Amino acid sequence: MFARVVWLVLRKDLMVEVRSLEIAYTTLFFAVSCVLVFAFALVQEGRPPEDGAAGILWISIAFAGTLALGRAFERERQSETLRALMLAPAARPAIYVGKLLGIVALLVAGEMVLVPLIALLFQAPLLARPVWLAVILVTGTVGFAAVGTLFAAMLVRARSRDVLLPVLLYPITVPVIIAGVRATAALLQPDVDGEILRFWFALLVCFDVVFVTLALWTFEPLMTD
Amino acid sequence: MTAVDFDELKVDDVSRHFGRRRAISHVSFSVTRGSLLGLLGPNGAGKSTLLAMLATLLRPSAGRIRYGAHDSATPGSALRSAIGVLGHDLFLYPELTAGENLEFFAGLYAVADPRASAIEALQLAGLADRADDAVSSFSRGMRQRVALERALIHRPRLLLLDEPFTGLDDASGAALTARLRALRETGAIVVLATHDLDLAEGLLDRAIFLRDGRMLDTVERPDGLRSTYRGVMSRPHATTVAGRGA
Amino acid sequence: MPKWFTPAVALCGLMLAISPFLIANAPYESTMGLVQKIFYVHLPSAWMFLLAAIVCGVASLRFLFRGDPRHDRLAWAAAELVVLFGIVTLVTGPLWARKAWGVWWQWDVRLTASLIGWMVSVAYLLLRKYGGPGSDKLAAGLALFGMANVPFIYVSVNYWRTIHPTTSVVPTLPTSFGLPLWFSAVTFLLLFVLLLRARVRLEEQRAQLDALYLSVDG
Repeated sequence: MFARVVWLVLRKDLMVEVRSLEIAYTTLFFAVSCVLVFAFALVQEGRPPEDGAAGILWISIAFAGTLALGRAFERERQSETLRALMLAPAARPAIYVGKLLGIVALLVAGEMVLVPLIALLFQAPLLARPVWLAVILVTGTVGFAAVGTLFAAMLVRARSRDVLLPVLLYPITVPVIIAGVRATAALLQPDVDGEILRFWFALLVCFDVVFVTLALWTFEPLMTD
Repeated sequence: MTAVDFDELKVDDVSRHFGRRRAISHVSFSVTRGSLLGLLGPNGAGKSTLLAMLATLLRPSAGRIRYGAHDSATPGSALRSAIGVLGHDLFLYPELTAGENLEFFAGLYAVADPRASAIEALQLAGLADRADDAVSSFSRGMRQRVALERALIHRPRLLLLDEPFTGLDDASGAALTARLRALRETGAIVVLATHDLDLAEGLLDRAIFLRDGRMLDTVERPDGLRSTYRGVMSRPHATTVAGRGA
Repeated sequence: MPKWFTPAVALCGLMLAISPFLIANAPYESTMGLVQKIFYVHLPSAWMFLLAAIVCGVASLRFLFRGDPRHDRLAWAAAELVVLFGIVTLVTGPLWARKAWGVWWQWDVRLTASLIGWMVSVAYLLLRKYGGPGSDKLAAGLALFGMANVPFIYVSVNYWRTIHPTTSVVPTLPTSFGLPLWFSAVTFLLLFVLLLRARVRLEEQRAQLDALYLSVDG
């Protein structure tokens, strides 16, 4: 029952997105713009800063992620479909998980374009260890989106939600950004320090577990008036 | 999941305030199966707030709402699956087709065969040939028909409609009235909020007149709604009859 | 206001007046000199900063699951004190750091964690001010997430880099340093309680006023 509702909501979100591709295109374009802005700010005498690629990757993900979150829930607000979801007898945590997976899928798709682009522009060996990079990116994205989905859903009813989402989201997701940047930077070293990598990965996993659990637990009281 | 079943909806001295504004003030009434109740009043009378409380989206600040033996203090899946809501907004995804929308909600409401019930609902809406068109390409009247079938997809005992006649031409309005009458025959409880008195004329089993969150009057089997409405609304506040608080 | 409030205000005022003398008369610390005296303000305000954050978090949690508006008012009042004592802490800290470390700001774990905690509480107040109806629940959720986040910030920033003096210094201080410090701490605690009480009282009266409007209206 739970899994079925998750699947329904996820499939619906992906279907809507495949039809319009609005979030995918705008978010991706925005992320690429971010990368360019950082390139102009940081690249000096034609040389990118050391370790810069990791930071730029994660900042672009965080910025583009906020945009995608805002837009995904604006869509649910348009003809009050979020209300319709809340009226349905389906378990509310399942609706949350469905929305979360949709956002994660979207962001991971964006990252697939972002990573080679940054690797190219900043001469970073990002693709040297693709499996580790994918694992770090997915765990980090899940942590960021877990908090973001809950906050964006709560803010649907609030005034000035567009500004409030980043205001609330960034201070809370600082650990994800630090861990993501450091783990990615560790991957970029010529010989990877396995211990450092595992530490940051473990931190990301703990963050995911704690915040997804917390979100599942509070989604119901937060969404009822 | 088995839906809660009930024969009577009972609203018992319900109030709801937002901060220091009272949206609904000491409202009491009850409706039984197979009847159609109209909430009539100007904008800002509290009709939508009252409907949101009946739909379990808002909790009353005071008073109780009872769905048969079930109380509004403990809303839950079983209760929500007995209620259908046609909101002021459509509750439809414009990017999806009519069929996909209906099938999605049928799935959420755990209807046994979502696809079959979506097809059936589209036939009832008279839109079987438009099943694969995106809702965004529909006219207002067609959207409203799909939205109504969406609200009815799980055959709810209680149907709540907020301004269902807005933007409908005469033919669509008449079709909606006919559909509501048919529902009443099947034993549903229908509560509709509207300020369109012409279309509500002759449809309602009972009309409740609201202004500023208070019940001004209740009229059984009203006819000549427009003149009754004018008469009730022209009363000064002091003579309101129903449910006055301290 | 409760009966103890006015005498407590007087006592707090008296203590605030006395503490500068105690601090001035405390011995000069050999390496830091005059700048060390910032410590008598910095440390107590940092403690109150932490205390206010805990009060806000616990009250928010209770509000979220019990729905009692009293807890909500307490959480709101505490959040404002987090911002207030946070400013004192974050301003006095760099003043001391400039002398001790030679830089205004270090990305050390406690500084960074305090800054992020302070930002969460500012976000909380922004949400309450601009969120519109229903933002009380959202703010409680934010406070809860902010609390759960503390260990993660601490671990992540700690691993990132650290040079802050550890807490173990405090109990080993000689009494000549200790007395003004504890006096100052008690003064700050009293101030904290008074401000919290006054702020909660303000919200209580607002709620009462709303209730009165409703009863006239109803």
